[in-house]
Amino acid sequence: MNLKMEMQRKQLKRVFDLLLLLAALVVVSALSLGIGEISIPFFDIPRLFSEKGGMEYGVLAYIRLPRTLLGFAVGGSLSLAGAILQGIYRNPLVEPYTLGISGGASLGVTFAIVSGLQLLNAFFLPLAGFIGAFASIFLVYTLSLRRNSLNVNRMLLIGVMVSFISSSLMMFLMSITTSDNLHGIVLWTMGSLAASDNTMIVAMLVLSLICLAASYLFVMPLNALRMGEENARYLGFNVNVVIRILFVVTSLLTGACIAVAGIIGFVGLVIPHIVRLRVGSDYRIVLVSSFLSGSIFLILCDLLARTIVAPNELPIGVITGIIGGVMFIVLLSRSGRVTSKN
Amino acid sequence: MSGFLDIQNISCGYSGGFRIRNINFSLAEGAFAGIIGPNGSGKTTLFKGVTGSLPLLEGRMLLGGEDLSSLTFREKAKKMAVVSQFAEIADIRVEDYVLMGRLPYRKRFQFFDRKDDIEMAHHYMRLTHTYSLRDKLISELSGGERQMASIAAALSQQPRLLLLDEPTAHLDITHQVRFMNLIQRLNEELRLTVMMIVHDLSLAAEYCDFLLMMKEGQTFCQGEPDKVLTYENIEQVYDTVVVVKTNPVSGKPVVFPISERRLRDA
Repeated sequence: MNLKMEMQRKQLKRVFDLLLLLAALVVVSALSLGIGEISIPFFDIPRLFSEKGGMEYGVLAYIRLPRTLLGFAVGGSLSLAGAILQGIYRNPLVEPYTLGISGGASLGVTFAIVSGLQLLNAFFLPLAGFIGAFASIFLVYTLSLRRNSLNVNRMLLIGVMVSFISSSLMMFLMSITTSDNLHGIVLWTMGSLAASDNTMIVAMLVLSLICLAASYLFVMPLNALRMGEENARYLGFNVNVVIRILFVVTSLLTGACIAVAGIIGFVGLVIPHIVRLRVGSDYRIVLVSSFLSGSIFLILCDLLARTIVAPNELPIGVITGIIGGVMFIVLLSRSGRVTSKN
Repeated sequence: MSGFLDIQNISCGYSGGFRIRNINFSLAEGAFAGIIGPNGSGKTTLFKGVTGSLPLLEGRMLLGGEDLSSLTFREKAKKMAVVSQFAEIADIRVEDYVLMGRLPYRKRFQFFDRKDDIEMAHHYMRLTHTYSLRDKLISELSGGERQMASIAAALSQQPRLLLLDEPTAHLDITHQVRFMNLIQRLNEELRLTVMMIVHDLSLAAEYCDFLLMMKEGQTFCQGEPDKVLTYENIEQVYDTVVVVKTNPVSGKPVVFPISERRLRDA
């Protein structure tokens, strides 16, 4: 029957899109594993992993694999968080960083470095980032709650203000500290996928996949939210609860990313945008595509960051900022043309 | 009183601001009701009270004997569909948009559209003449087409009560009449109870069998169109001089405005 064929064709297209992304992820991961000071050919990778010996294996298993996995988890998480937030706010310019989440995290980390807490235990640094992220989210959330209903625009404005305030406080802390600490703070704010310990990487990986799965419980309300909050309510969703839960999920994702990898901007903003241009606005496909595309993008950026000026390394935030920013301007000028056509 | 939709003495509104008070009416199943009144008289507030967007401060509402405030969002979505004036215009394909009307019937972990959901969506799209538009984006449709698509989506919810907020506000007379005829047909054939906010008094008189006229947040009068739409009532509520005549074909009242110069000359 015609209808059945049409349904199948649509699903096939989606499956094809996903397979394409998975293939790209495999290629990019192989590049990330293979390229570096010691180059490892693609087809040697399975052999090296089964032999488990030699220097090449060491480089692969202890340096490049953790890094690639972290790129996968952090890139996917940031992009997923961006896609969800853009769905809640129905504003394509929203990302974790515009909501004051990164501001709070930076302040937390700066505080940990300036006060010397991080010298007590290396674990305090990510913890401070995490606490900072959550504190700012809590603040944004409670301040934008009015008579028990959530005003999305208010939330956005308060997020921007929280960002400003925390960056001012951060500058204050930076102005009264030693230049050694200053160096540490600046380096951290630029972000890096290097030098994380393995338990943290595993935790990040697990968290990102759990959050991806959890977000799929809310794809239908997200789809309905495309027509506005009121209409989503008329379609039978308790919009306030959905937004609250999704907000916590995104905060968790962003807080964790900042804690392990510092500030990496633009992934959450640009990637979901590009994904929508390709697959449309149906969240059933947008969420997983955003996750995978974010992973691909970040692994690639990390590869660039450590090869362009090898043996030195550029901060990954520099690369994502430049590439993401340029991509976004190109997209904006293009979508401007589209709207003027209508 | 025990109608299909019973509005019992409700008050609702914005805390510290505008509110409507003591609204009472009862609609039988299959009624076609219009809410009329000047801007700021509380039509939209009443509408929001009935849809549940604004909490009630007083009174209660029964739909088919059930208290509306005891229903979950999902249960409500299966009983009533709302077509509001300001639906956000997203880049959604028309077919996907209409399919969203099936969302209240989805199971928790159902990610794919079922075949009968799609068939139902297609059925209502044919009924509203939007089937041929199914691959277009909502943002590409004209005002009239968009209104038809939103009716298709609302019908996919298989509601017993259809709430419309000024559905014909931006349509030309062709589309207005086409739209109202469709609603009338649905009202007759599906015994769908319709309640709509409407500005055009003549249009309200022609199609509705019950009118609620509001003034300053309260009911001014209610009942059949020829009882409500008298020139005395309209002049009092709208503060405007009008002439009310009878439509020679339908026998319903028609409201004519009179310009200031003619009034002076008369």
